[in-house]
Formats: sequence, C-alpha cells, structure tokens
Amino acid sequence: MSRRYDSRTTIFSPEGRLYQVEYALEAISHAGTALGILAKDGIVLAAERKVTSKLLEQDTSAEKLYTINECVNNPFLSNECITDPLESFELMICSNMICAVAGMNADANILINYARQNAQRYLLTYNEDIPCEQLVRRLCDLKQGYTQHGGLRPFGVSFIYAGWDHLRQFQLYQSNPSGNYGGWKATSVGANNASAQSLLKQDYKEDQTLQEACAMAVKVLSKTMDSTKLSSEKTVLLPVEFATVGKTNDGKIYHHLWTADEIDALLREQGLAKVDDEPEAGEIK
Amino acid sequence: MAASKAVMRGPTIIKAEDDKTRQLNPHTLMAFSGEAGDTVQFAEFIQANIKLYSMRNDTELSPAAVSNFVRGELARSLRSRSPYTVNLLLGGLDPVTEEPSLYWVDYLASLAPVPYAAHGYAQYYCLSLLDKHHNPNISLEEGMKLLEMCTDELKRRLPIDYKGVLVKVVTKDGVKEIPFDNDRVARSA
Repeated sequence: MSRRYDSRTTIFSPEGRLYQVEYALEAISHAGTALGILAKDGIVLAAERKVTSKLLEQDTSAEKLYTINECVNNPFLSNECITDPLESFELMICSNMICAVAGMNADANILINYARQNAQRYLLTYNEDIPCEQLVRRLCDLKQGYTQHGGLRPFGVSFIYAGWDHLRQFQLYQSNPSGNYGGWKATSVGANNASAQSLLKQDYKEDQTLQEACAMAVKVLSKTMDSTKLSSEKTVLLPVEFATVGKTNDGKIYHHLWTADEIDALLREQGLAKVDDEPEAGEIK
Repeated sequence: MAASKAVMRGPTIIKAEDDKTRQLNPHTLMAFSGEAGDTVQFAEFIQANIKLYSMRNDTELSPAAVSNFVRGELARSLRSRSPYTVNLLLGGLDPVTEEPSLYWVDYLASLAPVPYAAHGYAQYYCLSLLDKHHNPNISLEEGMKLLEMCTDELKRRLPIDYKGVLVKVVTKDGVKEIPFDNDRVARSA
C-alpha cells in the first residue's frame, strides 16, 4: 500500500503523511546522540561519535560539532567618533554560532557550508553578525524545500544550534529534516533521544551555570550511550565531543571546541572515565 | 536633522514645502540631497527594504546596520550603467543600547560615522560653526541652539533662498518633527 506514496518526497500518503521525511527522521534516530543544554552563562553542546575503528586515522578535527559563525570585532558597530575609544571597545559585540550534527555527515556538510555562506553574506550586507534565529530559519527554509520539490530526497540531518546575539543573548535551537525548528532550554537528537530527553527534563535546573550544564551533559550522554564507561584511552578515539559558548570576564562571547585532554579531564571529574585506564598502556615498551 | 524645504530646477523654485527625509524604521531617519528624481527613488527603495526586513524578522535593524546596507546598495548602483547621484545623512538610535549615532554617506558610497555633518552648499558655512561649538556630550536643547546658529549663518551668507529648514528629531520615543522658526531675522555680523 504505502509503496505507492513513499518513493516520492512530494506526495502525501492517504493518511496525510510524507513518508520520505519520516524515513529521514528514522535514519537520524540511528545516528550518534547529540545534545545541547542552555545555562545562564552559556551553552554546552555534546555529541557521541559512533564506534570508530582502531585502524582509523586519529583525526583531531571534530566531526559532529561545527562552527557556523565566527566572532567579528568591528569598529563600525559603535560610533567611534562620539564615544570614548576605550568605552566603545567594550561595546563591541560579537555573535557566535556552533552546531551539533546528528545524521548523515555528508548531508550536514552541504547545509553547514550553506549556513556559513549565509552568515558571511549577512555580515557583508549589514556589517553585523546575523541574529541566531535568522540563520536557523534560512537553513530550515532550505531543508523545507526538499520536502516539497520533486525528485530530491530530504536532508538526513538534525541540528542543534548554540549561539549568542544581542537580541536574545544565549540561545539553543533544534531543527529536523522537515524544516521545522524550535528554541529549547535543553534538547537532544539522534539515537536514544527519547531517553536522553527525559533525563534532561528530570535534571534540568533553571539558573544553572555552564559548569553544571557540562556535568549534566556528560552524565546524560553516559547513560544513553551503549558503553557504560566512556573510554579515555589515548589509542582509541574519544567517543564524545564537547563544545561550549560562553562569556569571558570582560563580557566577550567566545566559543570553544574542546580538546581531547579537556574532555578527558571532565570525564575524570565526573568519575566516568575507565577505571583501568593507564595512560602508559599504549606507549612503546 | 534638518533639511531645506526648497525644490529647485535651475534658478527656479518649484516647491517650498518639501520634505527631504524618510523614516526608515521607528528609530532611524534618513535625509537626502542630490539629483532630482534619484533622491526620492533611492530613499523610498531603501525605506521599503528596511520595512521588509522589520516585517520578516520582527526586529528593527540598528542604525549601524541600516547605514551599511545603504552604503552597499549605493556602491552597487555606482557600478551599474545608471548610478544614483544621492548624498545622505543617516541618524538614529540603536534600539538595544539606545546609543545615538549619525552616519554620513555620499554619492560615491563612502560611509563615515560622524558627530555632525552637512551636505550641499550648507556645509561650507556650517561645518566651521559645528566644529567650534559641538562637544560629545551636547544635549538636544543645545543642539537645537547650534542648528539655529547654522541657519542664521546661512541666511547671512548663502545667496540662495532655501525656503527654511524642516527639522526632525530622533529620540528613544521615535521620530518627530520639531517646529522651527524660519522667519527669524539674522543680523549681519
């Protein structure tokens, strides 16, 4: 029965469903979990890397977390001629956006490239960073197009976006292949996202700090991932990635993709690193 | 912001109550001068685009963003077959920080944030006055006094009847027209 309707993205089934979109969502629910938590002073994104072979080249670059919009400091943002130069320096604002990916990485690359181009185009036009929601919306408009125009399949990716802008400060968004998006306090996508979501709901506290949010993220991730202990052996790729957006003491917005050592430190702090882990084990005898 | 009320074609005044400004959004005002026809066409094109942005995004663009957009459009036009010959002044308040700012744009698409500015013949008479009397913490009231000094100087020295000026003020409450006494007699210095 459904055969007649599920091969084309653009045709509704008699029950009023778009099968290709649902299949795309299904594909994402097999991908590594990614989650985001909004804190009062920042946002944390965490993602699970699916099982990697020991033979795989240990790549330092992140594969599930990406920077979409880099910070820009711009003299035109404040009226320099009038305000004191020192004062105007503090007024300089910069927006930052990063995102976590769940789904097909190849599809994600296309969308991230599109998002980066759009962010830069906005910067060129207005000499200001693009507001977070606008960038999310532009990306979702593109995703939506693939649920309506014939002959193409939808993008098999869900995103979690973390960003800051002067309109709404810290923000967390999620989008899926249908082109829907929404703002969240804490959210997750990918495998086991239902259980991750309920854990987040259980543990979420308003007014928590970024540090507390990081601890919560690692806890939730450890419970939803297949392995009970998060490995931190140096010979194997670390199975999690972390990134944060926050504010420095002098009020500047920063974003930071964590290094393996930093993640390791967090895992140890939370007692989630492997107990029998000996850093020297992998060294040449 | 103040703009003369006269529209001229050669030596003839064809309108004496013209408004050479357009409000772009609740806290940004643009004044323009230049080639007849070009000015209004360009100003209303910008006005429509800024309104469209506000509608689509439910937010107001800051004066800094507006001025950069305007500069970009003017630069694009400059490199086309028929460029706009328009000089602009953009004034406004940032809706978030409530910081006032003024931007100077000329027909070659130069943009500069400035504390005071003038376009046209008026600049030859006014800039020296503004330079002497302006200070960074000037109040609106003092600003109006300074404007009066400027118009007095124009009446005294400029051999053109510009039919008085139309004055508009941008505050955090929005843009409003301020009544201005254009009939005051300026004594020769």
